[in-house]
Amino acid sequence: MKVRYSINGKKKEFEIEAGEVLLDVLRRNGYFEVKGNCYMGTCGTCTVLIDGLPYTSCTMLAAKVDGSEITTIKGIGTLQNPHPLQKAFVEKGAVQCGFCTPGTILVAYALLKSNPDPTDDDIKKMLDGNLCRCTGYVQQIEAIKLAAKMLKKGDG
Amino acid sequence: MKDFKHIGTSTDKIDALSLATGQSMFVDDISFPNMLHIKFLYSPHAHAIIENIDTTLAEKYPGVEMVLTYKNTSRIIHTTAGQGWPEPSPYDTYMFNRKMRYIGDRVAAVAAETEEIAQEALKLIKVQYKVLPAILDMEDAIKDGAPIIHDEPEIKGAYDPQRNLAAHILVKVGDVEKGFAESDVVAEDTFEVPYAQHCPIEPHVAITYLDEYGRIVIRTSTQVPFHVRRIVAQVLDIPVQKIRVIKPRIGGGFGVKQEIILEDVCAYITMKTGKPTRALYTREEEFISSRTRHQMKVNVKIGAKKDGTFNAVRMYVLSNTGAYGTHALTVASNAGSKTLPLYNKAPNVEYIADVVYTNLPVAGAYRGYGATQGYACLEQVVDEVAHKLELTPLEIRKKNHIKSGETSPIFRALGEGREGVTQYMQSCALDELIEKGAKEIGWFEKHGKRTRNGSKVRGIGMSIHMQGSAIPLVDMGAATLKMNEDASFNLMYGGTDLGTGLDTIAAQIVAETLGIKPEQVIVYAADTDLTPFDVGAYASSGTFISGGAVLRAAMKIREQIFEVVREMFGEQDERDFALEDGKVTSKKTGKSVTLSEIAYQTLYVKNQHQIAATGSMVSPYSPPPFAAHFVEIEVDEETGIVTPIKYVAAVDCGTPLNPELVRGQIIGALVNGLSYALSEEYKLTDSGRMFGSNFMEYRIPSTRDIPEIVPIIVSTYEPTGPYGAKSVAEININGPIPAIGNALYDALGVRVHKVPYIPERVLEIIRSKK
Repeated sequence: MKVRYSINGKKKEFEIEAGEVLLDVLRRNGYFEVKGNCYMGTCGTCTVLIDGLPYTSCTMLAAKVDGSEITTIKGIGTLQNPHPLQKAFVEKGAVQCGFCTPGTILVAYALLKSNPDPTDDDIKKMLDGNLCRCTGYVQQIEAIKLAAKMLKKGDG
Repeated sequence: MKDFKHIGTSTDKIDALSLATGQSMFVDDISFPNMLHIKFLYSPHAHAIIENIDTTLAEKYPGVEMVLTYKNTSRIIHTTAGQGWPEPSPYDTYMFNRKMRYIGDRVAAVAAETEEIAQEALKLIKVQYKVLPAILDMEDAIKDGAPIIHDEPEIKGAYDPQRNLAAHILVKVGDVEKGFAESDVVAEDTFEVPYAQHCPIEPHVAITYLDEYGRIVIRTSTQVPFHVRRIVAQVLDIPVQKIRVIKPRIGGGFGVKQEIILEDVCAYITMKTGKPTRALYTREEEFISSRTRHQMKVNVKIGAKKDGTFNAVRMYVLSNTGAYGTHALTVASNAGSKTLPLYNKAPNVEYIADVVYTNLPVAGAYRGYGATQGYACLEQVVDEVAHKLELTPLEIRKKNHIKSGETSPIFRALGEGREGVTQYMQSCALDELIEKGAKEIGWFEKHGKRTRNGSKVRGIGMSIHMQGSAIPLVDMGAATLKMNEDASFNLMYGGTDLGTGLDTIAAQIVAETLGIKPEQVIVYAADTDLTPFDVGAYASSGTFISGGAVLRAAMKIREQIFEVVREMFGEQDERDFALEDGKVTSKKTGKSVTLSEIAYQTLYVKNQHQIAATGSMVSPYSPPPFAAHFVEIEVDEETGIVTPIKYVAAVDCGTPLNPELVRGQIIGALVNGLSYALSEEYKLTDSGRMFGSNFMEYRIPSTRDIPEIVPIIVSTYEPTGPYGAKSVAEININGPIPAIGNALYDALGVRVHKVPYIPERVLEIIRSKK
């Protein structure tokens, strides 16, 4: 069957198999910025924004989100024009291996949209589903707080 | 600290923005047309012989290209441990074999057009097993009459396969029995630590293809590209020349990617079919069929004089290597060699280890590499000695720990599979670490107070640690630098950055040495065709060995630059030259020339040549970093739940070349250790199958599980390391088990002898106390 998405603002149409999850459809079509592995929605690595809200694409049926707007990490900032969250993650040493980083930043992006001034607890609650084995999270939390400041000052 | 421009500054990690913006950098971020996808069939039995295997139906399944079993692959015995040559691990593994030694052992592989087809075809393979009695408890392995796990005649390098002993170690200094007899107090205890998995978020993955000359290219998520090349060549029985290994970005490793697991199979199928292949482990495969930490039971006995000075220390380790002996000998060696020298005041020391085969998942290298297990016990028994002598945990450690200028006979007695190398400490800030850490946690106000809030009791615990920096006279790394017209430099080196920031550190070292900016260094790492040799990222060797090699290459470039400047300036003494801010200036005459001008001249104008150099680093020194860990915990006596409230890690890693990256390594390792202390453990069924092989049931920490964490970095200058640096990646995983164990004692007055400190275990001990 065919599905239509708007991915990072561009209209796309894909042929999908029955029962296929969004993660596989995206990666098969070259969206390698969406990482994955657990296929149970437990690690958060494969997070994308669907109509602005974060979901684990490994458990999301591709057919179910037909017609949706999908944002990957490349949709919020680029190498040439990074989002403040991406800059803050770099500055605070919050990127180690970087495999979980796109998913984590997208969740943080959704958080800052709804709560521009989050406390440590707000951040911890929101990021609970995004596992990172390298950083121990402290620098990620610092980065999100820094990004919140940057966004408020309009540095983004 | 010396006056540096780029060393000691938190330069942004050079690959961080690319990673944060989702560039295609990892192994699996490419795809080839006609790529074959590989899936594996695993043994459902812990111990069995394949009596018959029929793959005809699977081979006929549409889309299947090839099915591999022991029947159609070569039988070359080897070790999957990606270690230097000759490997200290036993040769006990084949690409495929008839004998199955654990649930997760490889029966067959299917290469097909899609993963789904490969998966379907696996179901069509018919296998008849003859099930054998299995060893599912490491203490049963060495009992008389135990089934023999490695009974095939080709096995090489295992200590005593007939008794399921993969390795055995016995090291004696002085006379411990006499030492105990002459001690005023003796404390002895045993602690057991479990199987645990590394859980890098990117699993094992390899992609192979043929280049235009028919050579096999292996693009793999590995810590050891050069060992991959050597071992795959060995297993496929082809020359090293036929193989190129490329290491792109790696999504974490922690030791589990120091193994050659997928590469040989992928390369073999590419060699046979000419087609690209891809194999990617699922999370479940990562748990059951990759590698784990060695489960160990550690006994420590310490005898001390009245004043607290240690007189005798004995450590006995029973280590479970699982079905294969990868890293069996060396991890067990490190359980002693990275712990016992810390207490060098004891004249009598004995270290014994038995490493046994069982029919359980395969243990391998894991951050901390045995030291984690050794400290889990040692640092709790040290507290027990202190308790008996009515000394504080701080006092007893200050009395006994190793200090600058000192050595320990253990360094020489216990190497990694060979004799060790004597080490004298040239930098050691342990006293300062203990003082600063104690102050930060509020030790003097809180220790021994057992503050209570309803059913919740608080306690404080601490422990101290050392590790090493690379394996002395074994680990080698090399780096090549070449100069460009704009005074940028290509750095090609064999080092493997797993996310630690090694590439960034390497750029900082070049920048510092050549008076340029880190951005002017273009780093290309680990491609066996293009970069010089490096043993890889393990044994805390990245900064020390690979970074040391980079420094040596940069020093040679400096010399070549000065050679040109001598001629340009007509001055002979390079001590008159200052190389900084992209130019060389004569202090005598004030003459100045930019590096760019030098490059243009040497490439295009006069006495034309390429300024380039290769440096190699191997070291007789393995300077240990030191750490003092402090933790405040809260135990709920009604539920047994242990909650860390605050964790302080004071660390001496020599010069912190990049403080922000150092901080990341400290916090990352200690959170990894916290979860090993509090939640991670394989639950194995009666048949030896891991239960709950997913992140739902095997819990690694999330943001909500971390306490307040305070890393304290104390700078020292280590003269044998690049710009005074020692290692930092591993040491901080060692603290949480003993520090929390000691805090549990402070809170409850009891010891919990089995890790992790999960509620049911802690509750049982609380109840038995009452």
